[in-house]
Amino acid sequence: MKWKDIEEGAIIAHDIKKSPRTGDWRYMKPKVDKKACIGCGLCFGHCPEAAIDYDTERKADIDYGVCKGCGVCATICPQKAIKMGKN
Amino acid sequence: MAMTDKNKNLALTGGAAAAEALRQINPDVMPVYPITPQTPIIETFAKKVADGEANTEIIEVESEHSAMSAAVGAAAAGARSVTASSSQGIMLMSEILPIASGMRLPIIMLVSARALSAPINIHGDHQDVMAVRDLGWIQIFSENAQEVYDNTFLALRLAEKVKLPAMVIMDGFTTSHSVENLEVLEDLVVKKFIGEYNPKNHLLDFENPKTFGPVGLPDSYFEFKRQQMEAMNGVIGELKEIFEEFRDISGRPYDVFESYCLEGAEKAIVVAGSTAGTAKVAVDELRDIGEKVGLLKIKLFRPFPYRRIAEALKNVEKIAVLDRTVSLGSVAPLYGEVVNATGRKDLQSFVYGLGGREVLTSDLKNVLGNLGNQRDGEVLFIGLK
Repeated sequence: MKWKDIEEGAIIAHDIKKSPRTGDWRYMKPKVDKKACIGCGLCFGHCPEAAIDYDTERKADIDYGVCKGCGVCATICPQKAIKMGKN
Repeated sequence: MAMTDKNKNLALTGGAAAAEALRQINPDVMPVYPITPQTPIIETFAKKVADGEANTEIIEVESEHSAMSAAVGAAAAGARSVTASSSQGIMLMSEILPIASGMRLPIIMLVSARALSAPINIHGDHQDVMAVRDLGWIQIFSENAQEVYDNTFLALRLAEKVKLPAMVIMDGFTTSHSVENLEVLEDLVVKKFIGEYNPKNHLLDFENPKTFGPVGLPDSYFEFKRQQMEAMNGVIGELKEIFEEFRDISGRPYDVFESYCLEGAEKAIVVAGSTAGTAKVAVDELRDIGEKVGLLKIKLFRPFPYRRIAEALKNVEKIAVLDRTVSLGSVAPLYGEVVNATGRKDLQSFVYGLGGREVLTSDLKNVLGNLGNQRDGEVLFIGLK
């Protein structure tokens, strides 16, 4: 591309729709027990991939498209509502 | 719409004048590390923040390297980011300075210019800012506290327009620590002049995620540098409108440099910073006794206004270029630039004031009085023992 046509400062815009489903790399998989989850949100901030958000019932909901299965959420959950299992 | 009647006069040091400008700008983030003679800027501004007069997030970092790194991060996140430093502090930042400019982040740095070690010296000269002159930052010199105050707003407007970082430079101690009268603008007038900062690209735009600071390998790096050159080249054109708008709110007309008694001058001094104030007195005293002398005061050093300076000096017979720095193994930088601008080899290079060595009106009168009697190519030193 010509120098006049590229984005200033080498900034790259991303099309989320085209972003790779990095969750495919996962070996272990966290599973939320929706009955035990109190919706405290503690796992949201600890998740290194920011893969956890509320579902419609205000319970933790994991986006398996990006979750790498590190298990931090399961360790941090005060209700032990997240269990790790084989992917 | 002149609003000068509503402006008020204050007596402030150059450092406090910068802090007052920062209060009115109310930047989002200021990562900063103390160093003499920059400290009056941040200590005055930190008090204003502590008193609730500004709500800037001041980040007390552990070094200048971290200060500039945090400023880069904050600016990439979309925050109006400022910092301040001097001397070895700027040297420690120097790894990050080209990253700020290469990422096109309009960070403002207030510089209280100081000598470089060794030997260790805390006093004013221009070695620190001249050492980083090719790292892609806009550099604006200030003669006095009024210009420090005004240049802070002008630099901010300019930096955000062209997406380049800018240094507002004052002379360490001479300007940063000396109390002078200056006229300050009303808060609301400043707010309107600087406007809201809405960067096109920033990291906190979650709807449009972006990567900042990726690699640029041989297939693309060259093109980004070409863009930076173009942005720098556009600075002088952008400044015209900003100067006009600023004149309307302040009553103070500015340009990329100041011509003082250059009309009909046979001899002239070219100098940057506080020494221009001393040179004005020297010029006035010599004009009073009929000498045709003048001054060209450098304000914008990066980008250097080659064509405009060549035009301003074209009828001056004898020109003295005064550098408050040395370029070891080369010619003094301002001298080199003026030679380049004018295409003339008959200019006289003077080096003065290193490490805060005083320069007096009588010294500058001698420069003008004896100008033209030196051998070609010889560098002269003002006040060297």
